[in-house]
Amino acid sequence: MSDSKPSSAPMIELQAVNKWYGEFHVLRDINLQVARGEKVVVCGPSGSGKSTMIRCINRLEEHQQGRITVAGIELNADLKNIDAVRREVGMVFQQFNLFPHLTVLQNLTLAPIWVRKLPKKEAEETARYYLERVRIPDQADKYPGQLSGGQQQRVAIARSLCMKPEIMLFDEPTSALDPEMIKEVLDVMVGLAEEGMTMVCVTHEMGFARTVADMMVFMDRGEVIERAPPKDFFANPKSDRTRAFLSQILAH
Amino acid sequence: MTYIVQDIPVAAQAPPPRPSGVIGWLKANLFNGITSTILTLLCVALFAIAIPPVIRWGLIDAIWQAPNGPACHGNGACWAFIGEKFRFILFGFFPVAETWRPIVVVGIFLLMIIASCNRRMWGRRLGILWILGLFVVFALMRGGFAGMSQVETAQWSGLPLTLILAVVGMLFGFPFGVLLALGRRSKLPAVRAICVGYIELIRGVPLITLLFMASLMLPLFLPAGVTIDKLVRAQVAFILFAGAYLAEVVRGGLQAIPRGQIEAADALGLSYIQRTRLIVLPQALSMVIPPLVNTFIGIFKDTALVIIISLFDLLTMAETSLTDANWQGFYVEAYIFVGVIYWSFCFFMSRYSQLLEREFNRGKRR
Repeated sequence: MSDSKPSSAPMIELQAVNKWYGEFHVLRDINLQVARGEKVVVCGPSGSGKSTMIRCINRLEEHQQGRITVAGIELNADLKNIDAVRREVGMVFQQFNLFPHLTVLQNLTLAPIWVRKLPKKEAEETARYYLERVRIPDQADKYPGQLSGGQQQRVAIARSLCMKPEIMLFDEPTSALDPEMIKEVLDVMVGLAEEGMTMVCVTHEMGFARTVADMMVFMDRGEVIERAPPKDFFANPKSDRTRAFLSQILAH
Repeated sequence: MTYIVQDIPVAAQAPPPRPSGVIGWLKANLFNGITSTILTLLCVALFAIAIPPVIRWGLIDAIWQAPNGPACHGNGACWAFIGEKFRFILFGFFPVAETWRPIVVVGIFLLMIIASCNRRMWGRRLGILWILGLFVVFALMRGGFAGMSQVETAQWSGLPLTLILAVVGMLFGFPFGVLLALGRRSKLPAVRAICVGYIELIRGVPLITLLFMASLMLPLFLPAGVTIDKLVRAQVAFILFAGAYLAEVVRGGLQAIPRGQIEAADALGLSYIQRTRLIVLPQALSMVIPPLVNTFIGIFKDTALVIIISLFDLLTMAETSLTDANWQGFYVEAYIFVGVIYWSFCFFMSRYSQLLEREFNRGKRR
């Protein structure tokens, strides 16, 4: 893409991406563009490949066909490219995946110190700033096991933010949380969206999707079935499968 | 159906009192019901039968001083035998005039072990300290400078030999085992095959066979005129052996690390080495402290097998001390003496591992 300026190029681009687990065709001809600052919410029934798709964006999963470009870097077997992409892409997992043997502060400063080579003091200042942002500044010296689920997930978000990523990926960030803790995590994510972070978010929180999404993506059986702005997506879904899915999750 | 609303909050109350005092404790722990009472009485009876004879033999009827063996045979233990032989058992064939050297060596080992127990010491400096320490140990044992006579490794015996074999075996065997365990889980088929093959080969062979191979077979493969010291060969055999066993213990810990930990480390951009060192190994190793220490204790006691290639470790020296024509028949005393020494080291390892476990599990408790 020599003719386009970096600013107008998409931050994330998937072109005809295919992936198989053994014989099972899990991603089928996925095409997706995400512009800088755009927020994309991916939804779909379980087993539809949405988690696999989002995990291909930082190469936690390998795609077998097609092309994935993130922040201008193509994801291929080149380890340098993979490392470069992972430095720019933060990820938040369903199960938090905090490091249980490290304190909250150490969780936050680990990657900045070892990957970005920041001095410890600077990394700690950044860490405290983001703990403040996710509204748990007083938990810095506790271990993850001593926090509630909602607090752990907010620490996980802060941990990703400490790397100052260009893109944030969320893989069902509220699915493992007790109902009363979902809001505290979503609030942090809404705040992040308002600041212009590029976000791809797999979630079933349709209220959140309506508030922040620029684009809804509906996946089923490894395919992108529908892609539309949230207003149209929720008001007039075009495909039967989308309609069926929405009626199921919005019914109650 | 009645509609229930609790609108007056129930105030927090103190828990019911627990049994206190000596009587309370006895009742709760020793005489809590019929079965418990019977078992308590049985144990008391057992102690009453077993302990007095042991005390009588070991202390009351014991002979503490005697000019020779025949004068030392009585109803009790002959601790005079240990008094006569303890230098020989501990330091073996090391020249008597230079006994201070192995004493200092044992002291260095004890100091280094105690220093290593402090977690704040862990790091590069401790590694350098150990290298220096082992160098000093070697220099002191070997001598041949600064007025110290040269002592060949064949004369290194007793406790210093046991400590050298065990400590050096663990010191080098442990990192070797960690590498083997990581290699066994490598994505590269060649690395994996080599590690699996090595571990299975070494684990499938008795240590005695390994020592024999190192002692008798290895020289056959070396070019004429090249010899490797027998102690070095035994030491290498120990490291190879310890590595294979420790590798399997460490692998157990590696397998218990949830996939999500590795994904989180990858997503943050950590390299393989950083991920392994900072995320995987600290968690894996702290999970396998009990079997790890179990293996260490086993290795420590396995040093007694070097007699098979005529190296004289602590146990062998105790047996050798029994061959003195002037002091015949004091087996029990000799074995108790070295048994207490082995037990002290192993008990120390066991207690220390419990302390470590408590420290590492701090983060897991609420």
